[in-house]
Parts: sequence; structure tokens; C-alpha cells
Amino acid sequence: MQYSGFKVIKEALTGHKGWKPAWRDPEPQSNYDIVIIGGGGHGLATAHYLAKIYGEKKIAVLEKGWIGGGNVGRNTTIVRSNYLLDGNEPFYEMSLKLWEGLEQDLNYNAMISQRGIMNLIHSDAQRDAFVRRGNAMMLNGADAEYLDLDQIKKEYPFLNFDDARFPIKGGLAQRRGGTVRHDAVAWGYARSADSHGVDIIQNCEVTGFRIENGKCLGVETSRGYIGASKVGCAVAGSSGRLMAKANMRLPIESHVLQAFVSEGLKPVLPGVITFGAGHFYVSQSDKGGLVFGGDLDGYNSYAQRGNLPVVEDVCEGGMAIMPMIGRARLLRMWGGIMDMSMDGSPIIDRTHIDGLYFNGGWCYGGFKATPASGMVFAHLLAKDEPHETATAYRFDRFKTGNMIDEKGMGNQPNLH
Amino acid sequence: MTQVNRLKDGKIDRTQTLNFTFDGKSYQGHGGDTLASALLANNVRLMGRSFKYHRPRGPLTAGSEEPNALVELRSGARQEPNTRATTAELFEGLSANSQNRWPSLKFDAMAINDRFSNFLTAGFYYKTFMWPAAFWEKVYEPIIRKAAGLGSLSMQADPDEYDKGFRHCDLLIIGAGPSGIMAALTAGRSGAQVIIADEDFAFGGRLNSETFAINDEAADIWVQASIAELSALPNVRLMTRTTVIGAFDHGIYGAVERVSDHLIQPDSGKPRQVLWRIYAAKTILAAGATERPIAFENNDRPGIMLASAIRSYANRWAATPAQRIAIFTNNDDGHRTATDLYAAGVKIAAVIDTRADAPSSLDYEVLQGAQVTDTKGRLGLSFAEVELADGSMRTIECNAMGVSGGWNPNVHLTCHQRGRPTWDEGLAAFVPGGILPPGMSVTGAALGHLSTHGALETGVKAAKAALGLKGRTAKLPSAEDAPVTQTPFWYVEGCSRAWLDQQNDVTVKDVKLSHQEGFRSVEHLKRYTTLGMATDQGKTSNLGGLAIMAELAGKSIPEVGTTIFRPPYTPTAIGVMAGRIRGMDFHPTRLTPSHYWAKERGAVFVEVGNWLRAQWFPIEGETHWRQSVDREVAATRASVGVCDCTTLGKIDVQGTDAAAFLNKVYCNGFTKLAVGKVRYGLMLREDGIAMDDGTAARLDEDHFVVTTTTANAGKVYQHMEFVRQCLYPDLDVQLISTTESWAQYAVAGPNSRALLQKVVDADYDITNEGFPFMACANITVCGGLRARLFRISFSGELAFEVAVPARYGDALMRKLMVEGEEFNVTPYGTEALGVMRIEKGHAAGNELNGTTTALNLGMGRMVSKVKDSIGSKLSEREGLNEPDALKMIGIKPIDGNDKVTAGGHLMNKDGPVDAAHDQGYVTSAAFSPSLNSMIGLGFLKNGDERLGEKMRLVSPVTDLNVDVEIVSAHFIDPEGGRQRA
Amino acid sequence: MIINHPLLGPRDSAEFVYLGDASLIERPDPAAETALADFVDYAYMRENPAGSLRELWFHEAGDRSWLVVTRNTMTHEISDVQMARDVARKIGCSK
Repeated sequence: MQYSGFKVIKEALTGHKGWKPAWRDPEPQSNYDIVIIGGGGHGLATAHYLAKIYGEKKIAVLEKGWIGGGNVGRNTTIVRSNYLLDGNEPFYEMSLKLWEGLEQDLNYNAMISQRGIMNLIHSDAQRDAFVRRGNAMMLNGADAEYLDLDQIKKEYPFLNFDDARFPIKGGLAQRRGGTVRHDAVAWGYARSADSHGVDIIQNCEVTGFRIENGKCLGVETSRGYIGASKVGCAVAGSSGRLMAKANMRLPIESHVLQAFVSEGLKPVLPGVITFGAGHFYVSQSDKGGLVFGGDLDGYNSYAQRGNLPVVEDVCEGGMAIMPMIGRARLLRMWGGIMDMSMDGSPIIDRTHIDGLYFNGGWCYGGFKATPASGMVFAHLLAKDEPHETATAYRFDRFKTGNMIDEKGMGNQPNLH
Repeated sequence: MTQVNRLKDGKIDRTQTLNFTFDGKSYQGHGGDTLASALLANNVRLMGRSFKYHRPRGPLTAGSEEPNALVELRSGARQEPNTRATTAELFEGLSANSQNRWPSLKFDAMAINDRFSNFLTAGFYYKTFMWPAAFWEKVYEPIIRKAAGLGSLSMQADPDEYDKGFRHCDLLIIGAGPSGIMAALTAGRSGAQVIIADEDFAFGGRLNSETFAINDEAADIWVQASIAELSALPNVRLMTRTTVIGAFDHGIYGAVERVSDHLIQPDSGKPRQVLWRIYAAKTILAAGATERPIAFENNDRPGIMLASAIRSYANRWAATPAQRIAIFTNNDDGHRTATDLYAAGVKIAAVIDTRADAPSSLDYEVLQGAQVTDTKGRLGLSFAEVELADGSMRTIECNAMGVSGGWNPNVHLTCHQRGRPTWDEGLAAFVPGGILPPGMSVTGAALGHLSTHGALETGVKAAKAALGLKGRTAKLPSAEDAPVTQTPFWYVEGCSRAWLDQQNDVTVKDVKLSHQEGFRSVEHLKRYTTLGMATDQGKTSNLGGLAIMAELAGKSIPEVGTTIFRPPYTPTAIGVMAGRIRGMDFHPTRLTPSHYWAKERGAVFVEVGNWLRAQWFPIEGETHWRQSVDREVAATRASVGVCDCTTLGKIDVQGTDAAAFLNKVYCNGFTKLAVGKVRYGLMLREDGIAMDDGTAARLDEDHFVVTTTTANAGKVYQHMEFVRQCLYPDLDVQLISTTESWAQYAVAGPNSRALLQKVVDADYDITNEGFPFMACANITVCGGLRARLFRISFSGELAFEVAVPARYGDALMRKLMVEGEEFNVTPYGTEALGVMRIEKGHAAGNELNGTTTALNLGMGRMVSKVKDSIGSKLSEREGLNEPDALKMIGIKPIDGNDKVTAGGHLMNKDGPVDAAHDQGYVTSAAFSPSLNSMIGLGFLKNGDERLGEKMRLVSPVTDLNVDVEIVSAHFIDPEGGRQRA
Repeated sequence: MIINHPLLGPRDSAEFVYLGDASLIERPDPAAETALADFVDYAYMRENPAGSLRELWFHEAGDRSWLVVTRNTMTHEISDVQMARDVARKIGCSK
């Protein structure tokens, strides 16, 4: 079924009887060519591109709960490609380009809203680092713009220019960055994948892998054994738990990241703003809520909730840079599990087990990567070799010393 | 026409008349009123508009669960959007405005959306607005964003102050209704430290809204006596206007006390609100229950309210929404509202009870087995259409309607640590279950014990259990114990535009569409329809939506499950979560001992971490910072300059194994360093990347002083303690940070020795022979003051660093200035410091950026092969030793007038300019007065073998593209003759 | 969270800095033949269980002790706290 304004009008006039389920609810088959574990953004995108671009048939996505229930369902919705390093920037720029055409590709309005992202600069050293980054972005074909203080005052008059402990000195903007209606990404990919024949199977938890002679033959699930020629794992925060079932240890720790939304307010923020001297970033949704976040709680956790010190830390950052939000109210806060890798960059690679592939270590950057992650993981699964933009995301990079460490924090996952 | 809907009695203070305005119109209310009760008393039912369809809205509730009656309270910088009129306490001079309407509340142009509601169903926006692609940002989204949001921010900084504090107790009781009060009495009498908190400004909970008796007299008498007893107990703290917002780990609760929200503005010196972190050994949740509505066609008109809310307005606030009221109920509790209203003289149009066996009344008509099928009234209810038991229809005239679908226990806080509530068939409601936050127990209505007796009884029990109290319980006060059964009745059959979530305009029809399109999981339902995502977080709407989804899916409600309850319990001002941490108090400000001296000299300061450091010292006639910096550099290189370097981290390392310890933390060797000598040290992380650099001075066989960069002082100290305690626990070595203990000054330039000789006591030989380059010693200055002297140089000049106990720093600086007059001594700031270290080619923070190795920094040979140290093994990895690895180099523009930009990238002279051909980048750049040109430091692939090569420096983001030459990083005195002079 | 410091009693976790898996105490033998592989494993492959984890916390705003805290990553419940130095000594980290 094609969605369109005409269709909406037609259905409105005929009692909305024609709307069909956005995706089927199939029973799992006994065998698939490719099984994707994880019905989040990355898993669903992988399925979509496998079916649509790589022409693969007999694909299933297995989801232990409801699709879109992981990080794609609880993030701060930001898309951007303002990365520094060669291993990252081309990948994220490809992702941003895919976002730009996503709605037409999926026939689903995920409300990709390129109202820009702006990183504030508060010191000379920070300016030097951001100039280097902006240049790396432009040299990779992305857009970047250095804003001086006057431009920032003009575009963001509500920031604290009066009594800031760390005065604003400039900013690095990416005008093509912005936000996306996060749930719609999962739904749009699911609907499209389904329409290309992918079986999306919810409430189907993988309980084990069937591995014989170093080859993965399929997965044991809460709904029975499912054979597969290839199995791709894309379970983000659950990576450690899942891969342990294949006796794999990962260079990944699971951490809790909290995020926050305020009550709905009349729109005031032009795009995404990140505070460079504290842990705070914010945008405003199309419903009017301020969507904001900050730092990790800092300790390993699978609890999907955080604690007060970080809530306070984030709000302190907010008040420091934007003291007009003092009387706005925090409506809801939540915590998600972040698969923090050892260098802050993802892993998309074959495992040492034949037929078993891994996609994870997204830290808190996974949402913006969704389309590219799906595309390159589909490429890896279909062609058995890395996509050209993802050649650096290998398991062995820690062994060889080819880390992709954007923040320069080293093997300290909670600092990335 | 003032307060025409004011009833007699109530718990308001009629001696106090308060003037207020709503949408510019003046009204009067009384002390103890909320904005909502006062407006209802003035016959104002219309208080807001809904989010999507802009339908007229009046209050649904009388409490913090209110979805509808949201206003902008106050004006100017204190404007508070989305304030619930139902909890806003009335004060003299209060002003409030309705929100999300244009041009006025009564005539809202956006109400046109309601006419097109059939097109604007759940999720319609996902299916359209896609063509042409560019139109989303340019056309559709701006229109949607214009309509978005509810209230407005003032756009001004919040003028009020907030505070934070800690409190500790044996028992925290959340909620001061009958159950909480009873628990507090039980616990308080035992001597335990008790905190009892309630979001309301008055204790008593539902008792304030009921006509129940306790001990056969008005419940208020028991409440007041209990409060008096509790207030007299020194171990009990009573906190009104305090909302416990969240249950966090290990018994830590967040609570917000609204200290001044009931005043026109905070009293002088008082905060608006306080965030309390309450550390409770045990907790009792006595948060009561919330009444739930029934969905029926057009059930959202102003005047249609929860029956218990109408009862609250009548009994507590002596206000009624109308003079002619109908009740629609499926349980006995609805009848209580009718009875109380009747007693207060309000006309009961009818009690419409869905039950065929509903109790009848002599005072008013009860329509048994009847249902409300529709309502009428443009800006407020005027008629209800009722289907009677026999199927016939009747139109009932009424201007308000109390709706009761039963009560839901307030389980919110029981679920903050991922517990899920369980379903109670008898109540047809979720009750606390599963795993509660450790230490928490639940009582009263929150537990599902809906009678007053049940509340009192469970309050005593829980308090005794929590504190392990033995012994006889005092006699319980007598109270009503009406049996409560709740039979589910979620919606009237056949309804469609029947509101579940009144703020977000989610109707029964939307839930049905959600099911039809496959959004059947409870989370999909919420996210697709926005049910429960409004400012009330679905307190009155979620269960109805769930029930309908369960029915459509052929499942039970517990099988469908609930969405997750997340903090905060009610929306919380962002300001109070920040407290005093804002503005200049966002971070502490660290000042060096000679800060005030620098200030007197007119220094310009810069933030370096939490420190403030002098950036440069302008003198008369200088109009641009470059003039000051160039002068400071030139003067230092020509004669002598002094720079405050107190902020460098200083770590004292002592013990017989001190040298062995430093051998582990530095990649270069320290055991052979002679006493009285300083050595440069490079510290690696275990992954082989440079962590920090500095010097280690051996003052004695078993005593070193280590310096770190300003930025990494804390991190390096933490790392060294890790190495000491966790890796080599048996080494005899002790560490202490002495950064704040010593004031330290760099004295640099050809005349530095001559200057210091005037300050250092004569006993100490600081000639080149007696105190050569890289010497260190404990000395005295100024006639016996103990000091430390290091002959180290960051500038490349003959230089010393002299340290004195911090309290003498200011005096030493002044002394150096006086004694240096004959040499034209010049204080210099961090800018000149930076210029000189770039001229000298010393790496600093910009080069030690967390991705560079010793090899990159040109110090590959420093990594000792003969000993193990942190990071030495992993620095051997191939990826860190590629043949074309980045090497630190210097950069000079070919044309001396060209700029060099830190952050610029290096490209081959005639090659393509793109990422694929990137050769390196510039880390630091400055104008060098010594070379009369800009210069830079940077990293270049295979750079040490490319000196002399002409390259292109590009910085597209700052619009720079210049030709440069790659040179040695050591621009000045590469042989080091000056520093050894 | 509250960490029951063996010397100082219950302290708020906000006073501490977190490092992670306590296996970081067990630095490999740099002289072993497999040293490079051992160090890669040591530095990058940490325990990450959904359950009980022994982890290192540094009492930065306190007595500057490193502690080994046994904490459940599902519930955040802390079952044991020891001085890291004692743990290190017990497993034979020494000169």
C-alpha cells in the first residue's frame, strides 16, 4: 500500500477502513537465507537494504520484544555527520545522505528535519580542535560552518552571553544536521522491509546459537529453532549478552545513558545545540518538547535507568548555557543501554565463526548511523566483505593498533 | 457576578479575599483556593485548549494529574508555561493566561483542526507531507512547528534562585493522607527519624475532600490533632508542598519542595524551590489513588470532570463547576459525589449508573443500567444524551458532569526501578507488584486498600514492619470501611470520538486505528497515537487505552501490559534540578596565589579548566592583544619575563621505591636520575598513547616532585594512584597532590639568573656551574623562606621555575617585579607562554590530544626497551608504527604575510585537496615575533623526512589555502644553547 | 548509589570515579612470550556481564583509595566492597 496525502484524504472520507497493518505478523519459517537478530533501527534497516538493494530473499528479523524498542525507541533523535577521523566521517556522511532521501525510499515520513546542529566553543584549544574537525568534514564532502560570536548571538540570542562561567567563543555548525522522528524510522524500515518480503517476527527471543565445526547453522529461539545460512547480530546494548551465547567476548561495555524531555513548549530552538563546557545538548521536537541529554552515568549497567547525579549535572549544564529554561519542566527521563566500545567507534565485521556476523559497539551514536549501518551490514552479509565506507570497523583493530578514537580517550569506554 | 458558584463551608479562608486575573479579567478568590477552584467558583469552566484539535478544555481533576487546565502563570521573566491550575495556589495579585490559542480562548482559530479531525487521525503525518522532498523543511514542518507546543517560555533568564540539600531518615513516608499520617504517628512515636512529605500544601490527602468521620467526628479534627502531635515530635519532619519525584538506587529519593510558588515572588534570600536528596533506610509509599474516567462520545467538554474532583471542589474548596450536575458512574463512589453535592445545595440532574443494580436515592434520580452516549455544549457542557436501560434515549440538562470509572492505585514510584505492577481482578486495576525499590513498602489506596479503615490499618502495619517495631499497636481510629469492588467499564459501546488522552486528543477511534494498522504492543500504541505522552503522562488515560487495546487484541489487560513509569512523578522545573549551579557558579573558580596581583596589573584572564590564568598584561597604549603578547615575548627573550605556572599539577612522590615507581609510570627511565636533577618524562596510557608529559625532579634519593599539565593534573594523579595501589601495591611509595600547596613561577630570559640572584639567598649557588640546566634544589629565598628551584625551560631561554609555599606566592611575585625593575622585568601570560613554546617546538595539550604516540611526538626513542612501563607493550602494535606514521613538524608560510591556522590540514603541493589525500594537520599556531611570521606545529605523515618540502595548508571551514614549508618544530635555538647558558 | 567504603563507611557514589572491570588489576607479565596478545586482551576485553561485576572505583573526592566493588549491573545492588590494594596483594601483584 502506497502512503500519500491523497490516500489519507480518501481514507478519511471512507471511514479509515482501508488501512492495513504496517507490517505482517508472520509465523517463523524453519529456515532462512539470512536471519537478523534485533528488530531495532539497525536490524530493520539491514533487512530493508538486503531485500531492496542487494536482492536477497528469505530474510527474517527476530525481535525479542516489540520492534523499535531499543535505542531507536529512546534516543535524542539527532542526525549529523560532524566526525573527525577518516574511519568515521565518510560512513556518517553516507548516513546523512541516506537520511536525506529516506522518506522517499521508504514511503514513510520520518520527519527528517535538517534544522542544523551547532557545537559551542568555549576555549582556544576547543576552537582548534573544531576547526580541524570542520575541515575534515568538508574535505570528506560534508558541510561545516564556523560561526563567530556575533553570528551565534544573532542566531541563538537566548544563550547565556551575560554571566557564563565559560564564555561562548564561537561554534561549529553543520546545517544539514538535525533531528528525525525516531520511532518512525523503525516503523518505516519495518514496513518497507515487510513489503519486500522480509519476515519481521516479534516476541521471538534468541536463546542460543547452533554452532557446529566453527560454523553457525541457525539460532535457537523462544519460538523454536530457526536455521539460517547467515546470522547477523544487531542488538546494540544487548550485544554482550547475546554474543556470550556464542561464547564470544567483545571489546564492549554496557553503560547507561539518560535522556530527558520537557513539557511541550512553543518552538524556540532553531536546531540542535551542544554545550562545549558542560554535559548538555538539546533540541526541540515537532511536538514542542525540549529533548536533551548529557553524559553517561559512567558505570556498567543493564538496568535501563540512571541516577540523580547525572540528572542534576545535565540540568546544570542546561541552566548554565540557557538560563531561560529554568521554569520549563522536566517531564520524563529515561535510561538506555549503550554498547560502549573500547575506542568509541562501532564494529561491523565477520566473527571468527563462519556465518555469524556482528554489528555493534555504537556507543551513543547509533541512531544517526541507522541507514548507513543497515546499508553496510547488508553489504557485509550479502557480499561477505566490508562496504567501502566501513573498512575500519573491524574486530582486530585493537590487536593491530588501528583504533578509531574520536575523543582520544583510549580504552576507557565510559569516557567516549 | 462574583463567585456565583461558591458553596458554604469548605476548608478555605473566607477572611482572606485574594484578587487575581485570568486572561486579563479580574476575579476574586479566597485563601486556600487553587486557581482552578477560584475560577470554578467564579463560574469559569473554560481554562484551556487541547493540543491537536484545540478543543475547549476545563479541568478534569483537582490535583497534579490534571491534563487540561494548563495556564501560563505569572508574567515577564517569571512566566511559567503549562502550570496546572488545579495545583497552583491562589495568591494576591496572581495573573494567569490561557495558552495554545489564537486570538482568544473563547475563539481559537486553530479549532478548525477539529473540523478536519477525520484527516488528522493517529499517525496521519507519517503517511503524507513527503512530496516534493524539499517541502518538508520549507513548507510542511514550519506549519506544524507553528502549531506545536503548549505554553511559551519567557525567553528571559529565570530570575529566581533554587537550592539543593540532603536529608537522611530511618523512614520516608510519601503521602500524608490517612495512611501516611497513621504510618508517621506509628513510626514517630517509636523515636525513629521520620520524614513525611506530601505534594499538597495541606496534609490530609483525600480526607480533605471527603465528608467522612474518623472516631465519629469530622475527619479534619483527627487530621489536625495528628499534625499537631507529629509537629511536636523532634524526630519527625513534616514537608508540605514537597513532591517525591523519583526512587533512585540504594534508598535515595529525589524530592522537590516548592518553597515560594504560593507567593507572588520568593521572599528575599529564599529560593523558589529546593531539590532534596533524601537518603532513606526504609520508605512507605502512601500516595493514594487516582480516579479514572469512562470514555464516551464528546466526553471532553468543559464541565465534564472526575466525580471525585467535583467532590473535592465542593467539600474542600466550597466551589462547584455548575449549579446543575449529572453523575456518570460504574461504582458506588460516584454516588458519594451526588450525596455531597446534594447536601451542599447543588441540583443533581441525575445519577447515571451503568449497573442495573445500582443503589437508589431518595434525594435524586438514579438511572440504573444507563449510559451517556453523547454530550452537547460549545464551550462547556449543556446537555447529556443518555441511553436508559430499556434502550430509550433521554436528554439531560446539566452544566457539569462527574464521571467515575473506579480508582487506580498510584503505583508510579513502585516502578521506578523497573518493577512492573500486577493486575488485581477484584479492583480491575494495577496494584504494586513484582520487585519494588529495595526498602519500599506500600500502604492504603496506593496498595489497593481503598477504604479509610484500610488506609489507617495498612499504615500502622507497614510502619511497624519497616522499623521492626514489636509490641502492641495503639487502637486504630474508627473509620468507614465500605467494601470496594470495581467492575471494569472502560467505554460506552459504539463511541468513537471519545477522549482517552484529553491533552493530546487521543480518542477511542485512534486506538482502534492503531490496532488496525498493527501497532498493538502497548509501547507501539503509545508511540503511534501519543496516548499518555502529554504533561500528565497518562495518569488518567493510559488504562482506558490499554483496556480497549486488550479487548481488540483479544487479550487480557495484564497480557497487554503497561508502559514504563519513569521519573519524575510530576513535571519538575529544570531550574531546581540545577540548583545554584548556574552562571558564574557553574563551576568553581580556582585562583592562583598571585591572582590579585595580576588583576592589579590589569591582566586579561582566561579560563583554563577551572583555573583563571592571566592571558596577557596590556599596558598603556596597547589596543590589540597581539601588541601585548608580542611585547611580552620580545621582552622575555631579550631580558627576563615572569609567568605564573602554579596551575601545573604537582605530585609529591616519596618512598624508597619512588624511582622504581616512576620507572613504571613514565616510558623513559628514572632510576639513574641523580639527586638534584630534573628529567623530562613522558607518560603513556596502557594502550601506548601519550597521556601527559612533565618533569620529575629528584630532590632526594627517595623524594621526587612530578609536574603534570594543568589540564591533566587530576587524571594523572588518579592514574598514578591506580598504578601504585592496584598494580604495584608492595612498592614503598606514597603520593600526594601538592598543586595548591606551592605557588610556582617561571623566570625566563637571559637575565633570569641575574634577577633570581637578587631573590635567592646567597647560600645557594645558581651559576651555570653550580646549578646547570636541569638542576633542582631545595633552597631559601628572601632571607630564609623555603623554596624549590628548578632549572627547566619551556620558553627555550635560560630559565628557572621557583616555587614557594602558596601563601608567599603573591609576595614573591611582587618581589620579583621590584627586583627586576633594573632588567625591565616583564610579566607574561599564557599567550606569550604559548607563543614561546611553539617557537621552541615543545608539545603541549594540542599535540598530546589522546591519539598521538611517543613516535608521533618525535620521542619514539624515549620509550625504553630495557624496562617495562605502562604502555610500552601496546605501543609496539603495528598500527602505531606504520612506516608513514605522523611525525611532529613545524610549519612556516612561504609568504610571511600568510596565516597559519591550527586545525588546518596539510595537502601535497600539487595533489588533490580532499580527505583521501590528507597528509596531516596543524595542531598549534601563533604569530612569532621572533620570526616575524606566523608559525605552526603539526603532524605530518612521515614528517621527519619531509623537512623543506613545500605543501599546501588548507582550512576550508575558515577559508584558508596557503603555501607552507615544512620545517623542524624547533624554530628557535634548535641546539639549545640558550637554555644551557 | 551508596558505596560502603571499608574505611570510611557509606559514601555517595558521586564522590567516586569509575574505571570498570576489576580485572584491570591483573596486568599481564610483559616478559611472557604471549605478552602482546595478553596485553591486548587485558586492555580491551573486559567482563561485561548482566549481573554481578567486580569493578574499580576511585574515591577521588575522598581518601583517594581505589576500591573493588562487587555490584549487580541489572539491579545496581552492591554486595561487597574491598580496598583494591588488599585485593591486588592477595592475587600476588608485587614488586
